[in-house]
Amino acid sequence: MATYPTDYRYTREHEWVSSKGDLATVGITDYAQHELGDVVYVGLPEVGTAMKAGQILGSVESVKTMSDIYAPVSGTVVEINSELTAAPEKVNQDPHGAAWMVRIKLSDAAEPAKLLDAAAYQAFIAEKDSAA
Amino acid sequence: MTAPPTTQLRKTALNSTHRRLGAKMVNFGGWDMPIEYTGIISEHMATRTAAGLFDVSHMGEIEVRGTEALALVQSVTSNNAAKLGDGHAQYSGLLNDRGGFVDDLLVHRISETHYLLCVNAGTQDGDFEYIRARNRFAGAEMENAGARYSQLALQGPKALAILAPLTKTPLDALRYYQFEFGEVCGVECLIARTGYTGEDGFELYFSPEHSEKLWDALLDAGRPAGLLPCGLGARNTLRLEAGMRLYGHELDETTTVWEADLGWICKLDKGEFVGRKALVEQKARGVARILVGFEMSERQIARDACGVSIAGAPVGRVTSGSPAPFLKKNIGMAYVPVAARAAGAQIEIDIRGNRAPARIVPLPFYKRAPSQ
Repeated sequence: MATYPTDYRYTREHEWVSSKGDLATVGITDYAQHELGDVVYVGLPEVGTAMKAGQILGSVESVKTMSDIYAPVSGTVVEINSELTAAPEKVNQDPHGAAWMVRIKLSDAAEPAKLLDAAAYQAFIAEKDSAA
Repeated sequence: MTAPPTTQLRKTALNSTHRRLGAKMVNFGGWDMPIEYTGIISEHMATRTAAGLFDVSHMGEIEVRGTEALALVQSVTSNNAAKLGDGHAQYSGLLNDRGGFVDDLLVHRISETHYLLCVNAGTQDGDFEYIRARNRFAGAEMENAGARYSQLALQGPKALAILAPLTKTPLDALRYYQFEFGEVCGVECLIARTGYTGEDGFELYFSPEHSEKLWDALLDAGRPAGLLPCGLGARNTLRLEAGMRLYGHELDETTTVWEADLGWICKLDKGEFVGRKALVEQKARGVARILVGFEMSERQIARDACGVSIAGAPVGRVTSGSPAPFLKKNIGMAYVPVAARAAGAQIEIDIRGNRAPARIVPLPFYKRAPSQ
């Protein structure tokens, strides 16, 4: 049973955001990694890239498929997780922790709070699963 | 098109077992099948280094019986079934009159008057009708027997060691593509040394009511040796690494035996069969295109249906493309103009609008170490 940290925020495209002040950390959720299967490649933007919420941030490729990652918030990419180049499987193993993907300096520090909280996200994915 | 509800999909006898094991399920040609349990990579690697257990009960079985059984089989298949002795099987093609594939299949000779054809899941009913419509032999009766069989594949270097204690059949005397009737855990089975992974292994055909018993017994026996249950995801990556064709991808009604580079299953001198005339003509003319394997040169992954170009000119599409977990490369197969088929030749794969470099490599990508 996946744990969705209650201090994170989530999107319907299965990204998570963890923020403190104007610095946000972004990754994809356990639900997303489970849907994808074994991840073999993570494509991330360059440091310094300006992001708008909803824009394509990067991509994830698994054995069976590939998926775009969308920026959940607007800002500038200040750090990317280079460990994912050599060890993409971290996305499957620890999607909410060690497999963080980018850190963004937020344009609007209040933006993450407007996203889904853990309970709302879990309700959202539960509804998806029962409709399947 | 909306997907049919799971209730409308066909199910094997092990459906609830797969769900209990936490398998991710998928609609495969109208069947509710497991695509993976622990993950495609772990299942693929287990099969290459230890063993994998696959529920392939969705595959079809067609039985042909009678004094003219061989004549019927010969008339609709490309390989020479007359060369089979009792207890031997061969890979073959069910062809249309253009020399293209209606299906690929295994032909097992049980006796001179009894053949078992193992055909693909999605094509089994069509294949049955196709052969039946061409059965002009009073001494050949056919049965669409898929419902009477479950089928498990136990594949990998440890498959023999895992299966041997469960059967009195002397497995090490069973050569590749040989089969015998025997018992596994007291269940009557056709035990065939065949498979679709490129590894040593066995395919077991038996009556469906024994499915859970056999599945559980094999898993219990094999887990200490590293046996994992494996789904269709690993089945696909394994057969692709081994250069094996998949109907609906490398093979279809428009691809001839020569184009698919499967000349070894086409025996023009065995007598008349559907498609023979077209194949004789094409052999004389030469093929325009041929199936090749390729390897991606950089990090991009080619997927099914990606465009293929050579020196900027589009030449076709990827028939199968995927990462290869054991080889740790990204590979694929495609039809290219025959003039371009040289190993090492550069091609480009169109991946979401970008041309990714690749090069043609000989098939198969992976070959297991020869057994002692």
